[in-house]
Amino acid sequence: MSSSTTTLTGSGGREVGINKVPIWRRRKAALNYVALLPYVFFALFPFYIMFITSIKTDQEINNLGNSPFWATGIATEHYVYLATNTSFFQHWFVNTLIVTVAVTIISVSIGTLAAYALARLRFRGVELFGVAVFITYLIPQTLLFIPLIDVINTIDDYVPIRDTYWSLILTYPTFLIPFVTWLLMGYFKTIPVEVEECAYLDGCSRLGALFRVVLPMAVPGIMCAILFSITLSWNELLYSLVFIQDEAAKTISVGVITELIRGDIYYWGSLMAACFIGALPIIMIYGFFMDYFTSGLTAGAIK
Amino acid sequence: MAEIQLRDLWKYYDEVPAVRGINLDIEHNEFIALVGPSGCGKTTTLRMIAGLEDITAGDISVGDRIVNEVAPKDRDIAMVFQNYALYPHMSVFQNMSFGLRLRKTPKEEIDRRVNMAADILNIGELLERRPKQLSGGQRQRVAMGRAIVRDPQVFLFDEPLSNLDAKLRVQMRTEIKKIHQRVKTTVVYVTHDQVEAMTLADRIVVMNEGVIEQVGTPEEMYDDPQTLFVASFIGSPSMNFIPCQVEAANGGLSIQLADNLSFPVPADRLDRCGPGVGREMLFGIRPEHITDKRPHTDPTHHNFTSDVVVLEPMGIDTMVFINIGETEITTRSRPRAVSQVGQPMEFTIDMAHMHLIDPKTDVVL
Repeated sequence: MSSSTTTLTGSGGREVGINKVPIWRRRKAALNYVALLPYVFFALFPFYIMFITSIKTDQEINNLGNSPFWATGIATEHYVYLATNTSFFQHWFVNTLIVTVAVTIISVSIGTLAAYALARLRFRGVELFGVAVFITYLIPQTLLFIPLIDVINTIDDYVPIRDTYWSLILTYPTFLIPFVTWLLMGYFKTIPVEVEECAYLDGCSRLGALFRVVLPMAVPGIMCAILFSITLSWNELLYSLVFIQDEAAKTISVGVITELIRGDIYYWGSLMAACFIGALPIIMIYGFFMDYFTSGLTAGAIK
Repeated sequence: MAEIQLRDLWKYYDEVPAVRGINLDIEHNEFIALVGPSGCGKTTTLRMIAGLEDITAGDISVGDRIVNEVAPKDRDIAMVFQNYALYPHMSVFQNMSFGLRLRKTPKEEIDRRVNMAADILNIGELLERRPKQLSGGQRQRVAMGRAIVRDPQVFLFDEPLSNLDAKLRVQMRTEIKKIHQRVKTTVVYVTHDQVEAMTLADRIVVMNEGVIEQVGTPEEMYDDPQTLFVASFIGSPSMNFIPCQVEAANGGLSIQLADNLSFPVPADRLDRCGPGVGREMLFGIRPEHITDKRPHTDPTHHNFTSDVVVLEPMGIDTMVFINIGETEITTRSRPRAVSQVGQPMEFTIDMAHMHLIDPKTDVVL
């Protein structure tokens, strides 16, 4: 059908715009945005304070006569301090990146296969398995880290992993694999089983059908799993605080609170600068992945 | 060559039997319709032929080999699913060529076959589109095209038309028939719609509660049903069943109905109806065999009069509902010959098409 005709001639030769949005609809849209404003403000305000504080000089920060909400100039001294006097860029950022990428690859690969098996295969105890995975996820990290110390120490007797990011790559999947599995199990169940059966009849083995048909259809779910996995490992604090003491082996979250807070002295400027840079990658990734959440890929498969 | 044989085939889901020991021989290039109400085991049977369900007991052979243990991908069977099951992340061309690409068919051959199938199905201009950009009827065609390009030994259809609107359904029904005439293969077609089964199939298999009630050509199923279930399932509107008594009279037999109606059994039916003498039986007659009164010389035609209860005009004919005793029965008349509701009307019944059913065994005598 041609879409070039955007206007019709109504009765009496009056031109009626087809694409014209009626006033009431515009008013409704405007109202929606106005209603959203408080939430946007609430969500973005911490970022604003973080950024504005990080570009102030120490003098300005400590002067209680100045407004905390506005900066009089732009100072880069805190960023320079991070680069020259701490291991922020040299080690913390790199460590966090390595751990996040490795842990995400491990957790999403294993979690995807586990989720598929639990959602589709019929074997004895499959439901029990699913529940067990869920319960594993429910055990709080604050309890789990105590036995995990023992695990890390035991492994460390053979392979030196304590005080390196390897201890984190090994321990983060303990909470991420159950999480990814649980998330994707639900997603796989929404994929029509007939499409998979059709792939079998077309000549696929189970693995063939998984990789050629099921996984491409599960891309939005897998993207979601990747995103959460990245966020959770990027922000993780407890395990890295417990397993790593060496300054060069720290991740951003631990480095920031152990090196930029000395006793009861807060280095507010560099603290905020570090937090701001640390938050940027996550913000960028969310922006990049946003499209995958809004688009469903299974449309058109059935009916 | 691809005959299909089902030998004493059983399927249990946990403790519940879905298919209970069926035997069926499907000939090469035959179009078989499995028909029955939901839960009768027809789809389970189809899925067992495809290899998507394990067999509890029995054998399935396709061609010369028993395929019980053969994986679906090695059975050389294509299936069209009720909800089409297209690959949403592939274009129509990729959907149709998927099976061939997996088998490493040369590219020219793939192009040739896809274009040929697209030609048959009239979807040539849709090849670059994604499934979500297609209408229901187009998706249906793509699903069939995907099966056609594979040139499989056996085609399976699982209620392929039930998601289409009424008009498109009739249209696609004709298409499927045309396609089968062009692309000769063995077809097993599952449907709950007896009209689809009648119009498409070479032979119909009526299933009920996991067993086969009867196998036969559409004409056989219509003219000569062997059980009460088949008699009531095949034909639309369905056959009338009226409680009756069979009595011997003047060297012949007659059917005694309520309201003092009595019709003699035709001479060629005497042997079959003999065992029913003196017992409570069910008299079966299709609506089209009770019409408005027509001049006749045939000894099997008899007239009677009854009051019209409800009229249902269908255009070409009008359904006239009357009561015989407690039983409401449907008759079929020419629209112009119909009386008003509540008025008496004269009918002609054709006893040559009567059936006598034993209500104890549900078997047609």
